[in-house]
Parts: sequence; structure tokens; C-alpha cells
Amino acid sequence: MTSVETAARTTREQTGYFQTFMSRRASILPTLAAVAILILLFVGAEILLRGDFITPRNISSLLLDNAYLLILAVGLTFVIVTGGIDLSVGSVMAFTGIWLAQLLAAGVSLAIALPAVLLAGALVGLLIGVLVQFFDVQPFIASLAGLFLARGLAFVVSLSSIKVETAEVLWLQSTRIQLGDWYITPTGILALLVAFAGAWVMQFTRFGRTTYAIGGNKQAALMGLKVARTTVAVYVISGICGGLAGLVLTAYSGAGYPRNGVGTELDAIAAVVIGGTVLAGGRGYVLGSMVGVFVYGTIKTIISFMGAEQSWTQIIIGALLLVFIVVQRAIVARSDRRSRS
Amino acid sequence: MTLTADTAYPPIVEMRGITISFPGVLALDNVDFFLRRGEVHSLMGENGAGKSTLIKALTGVYAVDSGSIDLIGTSQVFRGTSDAEAAGISTVYQEINLCTNLSVGENVMLGHEPRKGGRIDWKAVHRLAAEHLEGLGISIDTRSLLSNHSIAIQQLVAISRAMVLDAKVLVLDEPTSSLDRGEVEQLFTVIRDLRARGAAIIFVSHFLDQVYEIADRITVLRNGKLVGEYLVKDLPRDQLVTKMIGRQLDDLEAISSTAERAIDRTDAPILKATGVGRRGVLEPADLDVFDGEIVGIAGLLGSGRTELVRLLYGADRADSGNIEMVGTPAKMTSPRHAIDRGIAFSSEDRREEGIVADLSVAENIVLGIQARKGLRKVRQEKQDSVVSEYMAALDIRPADPDMVAGNLSGGNQQKVLIARWLATAPELLILDEPTRGIDVGTKADLQKKVAELSEQGLSVIFISSELEEVLRLAQRIVVMRDRKSIGELDSRRFDLDGLIDFIANEGDGSAA
Ligand SMILES: Nc1ncnc2c1ncn2[C@@H]1O[C@H](COP(=O)(O)OP(=O)(O)OP(=O)(O)O)[C@@H](O)[C@H]1O
Ligand SMILES: [Mg+2]
Repeated sequence: MTSVETAARTTREQTGYFQTFMSRRASILPTLAAVAILILLFVGAEILLRGDFITPRNISSLLLDNAYLLILAVGLTFVIVTGGIDLSVGSVMAFTGIWLAQLLAAGVSLAIALPAVLLAGALVGLLIGVLVQFFDVQPFIASLAGLFLARGLAFVVSLSSIKVETAEVLWLQSTRIQLGDWYITPTGILALLVAFAGAWVMQFTRFGRTTYAIGGNKQAALMGLKVARTTVAVYVISGICGGLAGLVLTAYSGAGYPRNGVGTELDAIAAVVIGGTVLAGGRGYVLGSMVGVFVYGTIKTIISFMGAEQSWTQIIIGALLLVFIVVQRAIVARSDRRSRS
Repeated sequence: MTLTADTAYPPIVEMRGITISFPGVLALDNVDFFLRRGEVHSLMGENGAGKSTLIKALTGVYAVDSGSIDLIGTSQVFRGTSDAEAAGISTVYQEINLCTNLSVGENVMLGHEPRKGGRIDWKAVHRLAAEHLEGLGISIDTRSLLSNHSIAIQQLVAISRAMVLDAKVLVLDEPTSSLDRGEVEQLFTVIRDLRARGAAIIFVSHFLDQVYEIADRITVLRNGKLVGEYLVKDLPRDQLVTKMIGRQLDDLEAISSTAERAIDRTDAPILKATGVGRRGVLEPADLDVFDGEIVGIAGLLGSGRTELVRLLYGADRADSGNIEMVGTPAKMTSPRHAIDRGIAFSSEDRREEGIVADLSVAENIVLGIQARKGLRKVRQEKQDSVVSEYMAALDIRPADPDMVAGNLSGGNQQKVLIARWLATAPELLILDEPTRGIDVGTKADLQKKVAELSEQGLSVIFISSELEEVLRLAQRIVVMRDRKSIGELDSRRFDLDGLIDFIANEGDGSAA
């Protein structure tokens, strides 16, 4: 009846399955690309290493070795989707990890120590969130302050590593739930749970959708959305994830160490971006970040299998990042170019 | 002056003595505003008069410096749109405020998503969104991303969004600026229905026809001050205009219509497009523009007007046809080429493609000249003279070149955009909906300026939903429908009704 309807009808007739997909789901393409890269890596390594790579053991240890990174990447995805960034996650992981080790060494029970360190992580996140939201500080700067603060606190707790002997913590790491040659540790389960919970929250809660809205529209507050609350909350979530990663890393290495996780924030950001989350905000998926973490972990494993320098991991990740950012730009530009009706 | 609430219905909103100042600007000065149940109330005033600011004061976006706001008799202090929504005030702001990264359906329902068992019920989200959109007469794939849709659809999505809340007060700040007649009618049907159910509606528009069609009452603002509140039936149009601009507007009718001007079409046209099209977007179309000619493009929204000029400008790539400029073939594969060949394009989408909100007014205006010059800086004196010439010609207010463009009122931002392209002194200027959101007085100024420039040899392609404007300015009118060009008219031989008829009926028998 109106012109708009006619226009809609004609475009619908002309669109095939591909166009419908592009008009609805263009933003998932970078994530699919990450999945493709992951498969390529596996197949490539399998051929290169003559069938020695895709083994249950290898794949199982991929999750185990990168559990802490996965948890950090999940928290970071929330932040990046709002268009922010959190550089503090590596330091928060170090601080909470060493503090946890110290509390446990001092005889505090895990039931008290764990909530305490998670709260500490949350508070660092809260600080960053409040600076960003209410004092208009750039997320980069605010979280850089968080980075220094948490790193400093880690050294205040201890200058050297503290061994953990608490049975429950060691259990997290040493228990292997086996299925044939496959296994998973409680840390791995924890990381997967965090990832799936994160994905669920982003997809199925108003809070999660608000993070996308904030990333897509600087003026989202005018839509009546709870922007302030949500912005602060994503940094708090990232801080809590930092705390959980601290627990996992402490369990993994059997000790807390104040120099842990230097530069890990950058690995986590790289994983998130490779997984298809756009740094400018508004587009991305938690499960994409999971794929990104696996891509990162797989490259690392391949390099060590080939006996090459680990610095090659960084070079390859760097190159991948570049390619991905360019691809993302292209996709975003394409989907932003409106086919006006 | 002060108002008294004296009608049958008690006011639902009472704003008294509202004063808001921004650095250097007194945006509202002791303004009273009453809104009653079951009425459509138009806020009228020139660009920058303070209409949007008054609305933002009501919804808590701006805190008031002084004054009080009562909602149903109780004093209210909102701290933002979400507070206002909770109190039953639903608002569509002037600048379309949606998330282009999300789906159409989600944009409609965002913040009000139906939930089932603690999780968002996406099926229901899209079903409800489709219903709300249907109410405004549009049926589109609610799962498609908003970024795939035109400004008109986005505006309708924004309005649908406001309908989700069963609001006591509905605020519409220039909701119809991108809509065509059919869509406006549909919207009015919805508004009438809401009014009948007792809702109070604030309706802001620069289209006087629309105001006289839908509004019951008018409040006029001028320079941030209240001029008065009137019943529509007591306020003839000319008086309204006089109250808005503080002087008589007799020059609007007096602009010598440029439509009559004879154009010399013997030389090669400035722009000659043959069979330019793009699959799924526009069927191949021809268009010639001669020296000093104004060619209008008329048609409903979605008819392919914008698509055509975007192909000419290289903003989108044509996959058929060719373009010649002054007799020589021209490749238009990017806006860069078009700019180099002296084509300027003022987009209809000022927020996404136009104004740089963080730069000053002056910087925004010289941006176009600078882009043509490349890296060499435009001389300061030249900049200053251009800026002051066009700020005066288009009456940009406040007349402060250093003001941040994002802080200008919507209409004044539009003027800055036009000034930018006029200032580049192009061979061919493409204006896509240039008078969108511009007040009556300035519309006349703008038309005068375009007419004057075309007399000096500038060629213009002029797109507007306001057909009167097209008829007055253009010598030739290309009519588009359903993404193809359906005819070319000599505007001297058509009046408004004739043109509307041609657009609707493919000019059966009446073609020139
Ligand atoms: N955030 C701001 N900072 C500074 N000045 C502002 C701001 N918002 C509005 N103004 C100024 O307040 C005045 C009123 O602006 P407002 O947007 O209310 O006008 P309007 O009546 O809605 O005009 P239009 O018809 O163009 O939309 C203008 O002079 C404008 O420049
Ligand atoms: Mg306004």
C-alpha cells in the first residue's frame, strides 16, 4: 500500500538465500572465518606432522593449557562489544592469583579466600568502569591505570612465587575426567562453563543486548537503555573473570607468581579480535572469542611441535590479527553500505 | 507571558518557567508549556528556537536551570530517558537514535523484550516488532540488520519503538522529516487512534500542512522564548508564520520561480548518463543535466531517487551504463572521481554521512573546499570569507563559526551541510532532500540561494519529497517509481496535482 511496502516486496523477490543471510547475519562472518582458520590449522598441522597432531591428547590439552586465557577472553568480549577495552586483565589475574596463594598459605580456607579474590577482581573492574562511565576517562587509559594498580598490588602481596598446597586447588588441575584418550580437567570445565554462560548472557538477557546497543550507538541512553549501569557492569565482569583466571592459573602452575600474565591482556585481545569481535564495538560473539583462543593455542602448540622459537607464535598471531582486522573492516564497511530501499 | 490551564481536560504535563542555558546560548528562557490528555500539541518555531531542547528538558536528558515539571499534578525530576519512560513518556528524538548493528526487530523492542523463563524470547520479539511495524504500514524482514534499510524505514522503526510502550505521553520530534505522503497518513491514523484513547501527543514538524492536519493546539517558541499557545482553529497559517519568525514572510511566494527560465540545451550536457543502473537497486536510467539547469527528481521514497544519484556520484558502483561529462566519458567508481570532476553531493543522511559533530561549524563548512584542494591548506582569509558568506546566506544560528557543529539544532546542522557543498563551487550540485528539517523562512532562503547560483551557471540535481519545492525550482523533472525512471516532465506544464497524479499513475495519458 505504501511505497515502502512495494519496495520491500520487490527486494524480497530478488533476494536469494545468500542475500537474506547477508542482510541478517553479516556480522557472524568474521567468526566463521576464524572457525575456518582453526580447521585449516588442524588439517595443515596434521599433514605437516604426518598424522601426529590431531590426537585426543593434544586437543584435550589445548583446553587445559588455555583455560585461563579463555576465561579472560570471555570477560573481555563483554567490554569490547560495548566499544571499550580492558588492559588490566593480565595483571588482575596475577594479583588475584598471588593473593589467593598467599591467603591459602596463611591457612585461610578456600571458601573465604576465593570470594575475597573474586571481589578484589570485581573492585578493580568497578574502578575502571566508574572512571570510564562517570569521569569520562578513555577506557584505554582507565584500564591502563587498572593494569598498574593490579600489578603493583601483586608485588605488594609478594615479590616471589608462593606455592599452593591446598588440596582443593590442586584438585582443579590434577583431576582428569577421562573418556578413552580424551580428558578434561575441572579448570577446563570451569572455563567452558564461563564461556557458555557468557554467550548465554549476551544472547538472551536484556543486559547482554544492552552491551551491543552501547557498542552500536553512542547515544543509546536516549533509547531509554540503562547505559551507565551496563557500562560499569561489563568492567566488573571482566574483573571477576580476571579473578577466576587467577584461580585457574594458580591451580595450573601450582603457585602464585606476581610476574604472571605480563602481556596476557594482549593475547586475550588478539584472541577476541581473531574470534570476530570488532574493536569498535557492537559486533562479536563470546563463542567466537572461544574459537579465537583455540586458534591462538593451536598456533602455539604447532610451533612447539615443530621445535621452533615461541616468538614465532607472536609473529604469526600478529600477521593473523592484521589480516583479520582488514577482513573485518571490509565486512563492516560492506554491511554498513545500505542498499537503500 | 504565562499560561493558564483552562480547558476541559486537566494538563497531564505542566512545565513552568523552564530555563536552560548552554555555554553562550540561552536555549530556553522562562518557557511554560502545558500538555493535555487527548490532544495533539505542536511545538512550532524556527530552527534553533528551542523545541528539541524543551523536549529534552521534559524527558530528563537536560537538567533545567530553573523551572518545574509536573506530571499529572506531581513534581518530577527525571534523570534520563529511562526514567521518563518509566513514568509513561515515550519519545522519538529528532536525530534517529537506533542501533544499526542490530536487527530491525530488536531495535523496535530493545529494552522491552518479552521474556520467557528468564531469557529473551526471540520469536516473540520479532512477532511483536512485526506487529508494531505493521501498525505503521510496513512489512519488512524484522531479522534483517537495520543498517540495510533506508532513512525512511529507520524513522518508522524509531516511531514503532515509541509505540511499544503504552505511553500516556508520546513525543515526536520531527518524525516525518523523511517520510512520504502515504507513510505520513499511516502515522496520522495511528496518532489519531492514540489521541482518541486519551494519550497526549507532542508533534514537532516544519511541514505546516501536517501540523494543520493533525494538531489541536500549537505552542510557538521564538529564540528560546514562549510566544504563545493557540488553538489551531484560531490561528491561520500566515499568522503562525509571523509569530514564528517575528516578521511577515511575503518573500516566500515572491521568489521568482526558476522553473520558467529557458535553458540552452544545444551544447553538450554537463552530465549525460545513459543506461546507468545496478542490479537489484535501480533499473537502467538516463539523465541529462545541462549548464545552469536545475533538474528535479520526484517520486515516493523508495522509488530509487537516492539510488540514482549515488550511482552518478560513485558512492555506489553502477554495473551498467556510462556517464559523460561535458562530452567526455567519465568513470564514476568512487566519490573521489566525482569530486575531481566537480560534482558535489549533499546526502540525505546527515548524521551518518554528513556533519562531523566534533568539528566546529567553520571547519565543517570548509571541509568540502579542503577536500577538493587536497593537502594544500585553504588560505585563512578565504576560509573566513566563505564561512561568513554562507553562514549569512543560510542564516545559520547561532552565528558563531567556532561553535561545535554537534551542538547546533537539527535544522541548523542541515544548513551547515548545504553550505559546505555550495561553498565548493561545483559544476554540478546534487542535493538530496536538502530542506529536510529546515524551517519555512530558511527554506525560502535556501531556494533563493540555489536559484541565484544556477543563474550564474551552476547545474543542480534536486531531490525533494516536497513537490512544491521541486516544481518551483526545477525546469525539468524526472519522475521515478519502483526503482526505475518512468518519465521526464517539463515543469512549466505541470501543477502540483498534475505531478502527484503523474507519480501515482505513471502519467497515463498526461505525459508531456
Ligand atoms: N548540547 C548543546 N550545547 C550547546 N548548545 C546547544 C545544545 N543543544 C542545543 N543547543 C542550542 O540551543 C538552541 C536550541 O536548539 P534546539 O535544538 O532546541 O532547536 P530546535 O527548535 O529543535 O531547532 P530545529 O528546528 O532546527 O530542530 C540552539 O541555538 C542550539 O544551538
Ligand atoms: Mg530540533
